[in-house]
Amino acid sequence: MIAEAGLAALWFAAALSLLQMGLGWAAVRPGNDNLLRLVRPLAVAQGLLAGISFLALIWLFLETDLSVKLVVANSHSDKPWLYKFAGAWGNHEGSMLLWVTVLAVAGGAVALLERKLRKDTLIGTLAAQATISLGFYAFLLFASNPFERSPVIPIDGQGLNPLLQDPGLAFHPPTLYFGYVGISVAFSFAVGALVTRDVGRDFAQAMRPWVLGAWIFLTLGITAGSYWAYYELGWGGWWFWDPVENASLMPWLAATALLHSVTVLATRDALRAWTVMLAVVAFSMSMIGTFLVRSGILTSVHAFAVDPQRGSFILMLLCLYIGGALALFALRVSTVREGAPFRVVSREGSLVLNNLLLTIILCLVMLGTLYPLLTEAFGTKISVGPPWFNTVSAPFALLLVIFMGMGPLLKWRKDDGNKLLKRVAVPLLLGAATALLIVIVAPDVHLLPMLGLAVAVPVALMSLMPLVGRNLRRTPLIIWGMVAAHFGIAMSLAGMASESAFSKEVLVSARPGQVSEIGPFTVRFDGAEPVAGQNWTAIAGRMTVRRGEGEEFVMLPEARMFSDPVTATSEAAIETHWDGQLYTVIGEPDGQGAWQLRLWWKPAVTLIWFGGSLVAIGGLLALLGRVMRRRSARKSVTDEAEGVPGREALA
Amino acid sequence: MKLLIIASILLVVVLVGGFAALRRLYPDSKAVAWLAESKTRPILFVPLALFLLIGGFAAYKLSNPGDTFIRSRLIGKELPAFTLPEALPNRLPVRRADFGRGEPRMINIFASWCVPCIAEAPQLMELARRGIPIDAVAIRDRPEDIARFLGQWGDPYRNIGADRDASLQLAIGSSGVPETYIVDGGGIIRYQHIGAINPSDMTRLTEEFEKARR
Repeated sequence: MIAEAGLAALWFAAALSLLQMGLGWAAVRPGNDNLLRLVRPLAVAQGLLAGISFLALIWLFLETDLSVKLVVANSHSDKPWLYKFAGAWGNHEGSMLLWVTVLAVAGGAVALLERKLRKDTLIGTLAAQATISLGFYAFLLFASNPFERSPVIPIDGQGLNPLLQDPGLAFHPPTLYFGYVGISVAFSFAVGALVTRDVGRDFAQAMRPWVLGAWIFLTLGITAGSYWAYYELGWGGWWFWDPVENASLMPWLAATALLHSVTVLATRDALRAWTVMLAVVAFSMSMIGTFLVRSGILTSVHAFAVDPQRGSFILMLLCLYIGGALALFALRVSTVREGAPFRVVSREGSLVLNNLLLTIILCLVMLGTLYPLLTEAFGTKISVGPPWFNTVSAPFALLLVIFMGMGPLLKWRKDDGNKLLKRVAVPLLLGAATALLIVIVAPDVHLLPMLGLAVAVPVALMSLMPLVGRNLRRTPLIIWGMVAAHFGIAMSLAGMASESAFSKEVLVSARPGQVSEIGPFTVRFDGAEPVAGQNWTAIAGRMTVRRGEGEEFVMLPEARMFSDPVTATSEAAIETHWDGQLYTVIGEPDGQGAWQLRLWWKPAVTLIWFGGSLVAIGGLLALLGRVMRRRSARKSVTDEAEGVPGREALA
Repeated sequence: MKLLIIASILLVVVLVGGFAALRRLYPDSKAVAWLAESKTRPILFVPLALFLLIGGFAAYKLSNPGDTFIRSRLIGKELPAFTLPEALPNRLPVRRADFGRGEPRMINIFASWCVPCIAEAPQLMELARRGIPIDAVAIRDRPEDIARFLGQWGDPYRNIGADRDASLQLAIGSSGVPETYIVDGGGIIRYQHIGAINPSDMTRLTEEFEKARR
């Protein structure tokens, strides 16, 4: 029954989105604003129905309803409940349902909460959102029905990929999806505004919180995903430039650029066409990412069940939506008036530079991701790996971070370059000193990590400088948010640079009792012991570790064997210290009593994810600040309208 | 493939050009006026064209899934120089000098401790029965184990060389056991088969061997 109810909800949601789309596009002309009263509840109801459908799927997974094909293929009654729960989106159909649900819920939220946007533009936005939803409902209903019953009911399910059986994974994909798909709102805003020719300050101010919201989730999702890969895959790396990672990085880069250009548009009414373009590009990147992963045209460790039929379906949707939006952009954007002019050395100028650099990085990542596809079409098979990505993107990223530090110190409209240089002289000197220090103390550190540290230190300082000379109690939350996010970026950069500059790695074939040295630690291998969990058994390597003369502690990296499906995974044991992490992995036995042990000492590696979280927290602060400001602004407007005496009069 | 690229570029050109022509021909039409009002500049179509290009590639890739097989870089390269001592007392060693004498040969990388090698043994026997000369390279193995393995699963080999430290294996770019190479009459590596030879691989292998003969 639950499966049928879920499916029915999905069909109803699709029907509502069709209605919403039809009504919306019909009513988008100014003067038909009263139809908004119809379109709004439609969007909300559609979001609710999609949500119900997704809850039904979760219910089926929690119950392990083996009459449903998807549950049979991806779950097992012995699984811990958290992974039954997470199993609902650990597969193609379920994750697509989550995708559509986020899309519909985001549309519903816009209908419910957006009050600032011009009414006809809002109708256009909701119509655009419904148009996107409709395509993906069709994709679900016709090509990947998650609620399909299976003809025979097996004794038990086939289980979930053990790599996905991890608390991190329970929350990583939904977070990422909220960002990934949430950015669709910006896309719909852009399409709506292009149709009604409403690209301007009000439009930008209305769009900004939505972009910010999606961007926060995206940032969190990427940070969490990176940490998950780091501890779960047991390779000791935190970013692999895998097509799927790139698929989440590209929308983030575009959304970050958008976030900054929308600020220029909202405060100074400049960069109109560019902002609209970015809004279209950001969600296009999400859709292209989804397509790349689902169609199997790029090979990736993350690839779900690959099906060319599904691939062509999504490709069709993609061409329709992205092609349509870009065509609309090409036809309409020149009717958008030129925005306000500004000087090169100014806040706007630095934000343009930021956009330029982010776009260059975005293009490079996209080129690297798609390049194997291009060359293969001409018969050469290659793969583009981390060395290429690191080398080409790092110089631009470093430049970007430097200007990120300086930009907020500039005034809007125009500023004096010499003055800026004077302000940042101390941090810049500090950066040079850092570089010098590294060259002297650790001459064998490579150029890029060295530059990374030399940039991170001064930029961390610069990013705090907007607070200098302010009354900290009266500083708006928005400024705090910006400072936190920029500081987080510098922190993350410091972590990345330090990890690649100072990591130590030891690979030993150890017999019980053998002692190895790694960085400041001595590690004694005491032997391997069997361990069992709910649906796995494992060999755990017992290591007694001591840092210098400090206290001993035990680390237990495991080589796990999962029962359903039978898969071996490696569980790293990680010991976090204030200045880094000791990362240990147990490998194969050599059959003669010795075990392969892999030990890493990664100084300051945790900064990468602390920094990433700080960036997200900064976003959250800014969002709170915006919402509060908007609310108080609205209140004062209504106060005036109702003739209530202002605060001054009361005081 | 090239057709597709040309087609998508043409499409954009035709769209833009067609629109310009429409404006000339029907200056009074409402739809054209609506489009013309937008004062379209060709440069604004660049993102669309780029996207269509990528879409074209993707469509091509979807319709031709291609093989996901990774080819060795050494294919088309000359077999490097080596001499492996005989792995069994009564057999001949495997030497570079025996290759490239006008006749193609196969090199089979195997080991008695390798389970997939047992799976491919019947197929190797069949290849040998068809008259294909197969030289074996035994990786990190002991003579008595090799003799037992060949006694149990059949012996399709001409010569058997012992690669005790897997040096030849590394030199010819083999990543594991079992693997099979085809070397043509000129001593050039023509084909690499990674993993056990399944019955379904037989046609391909025989074909490749015949190709190497030419």
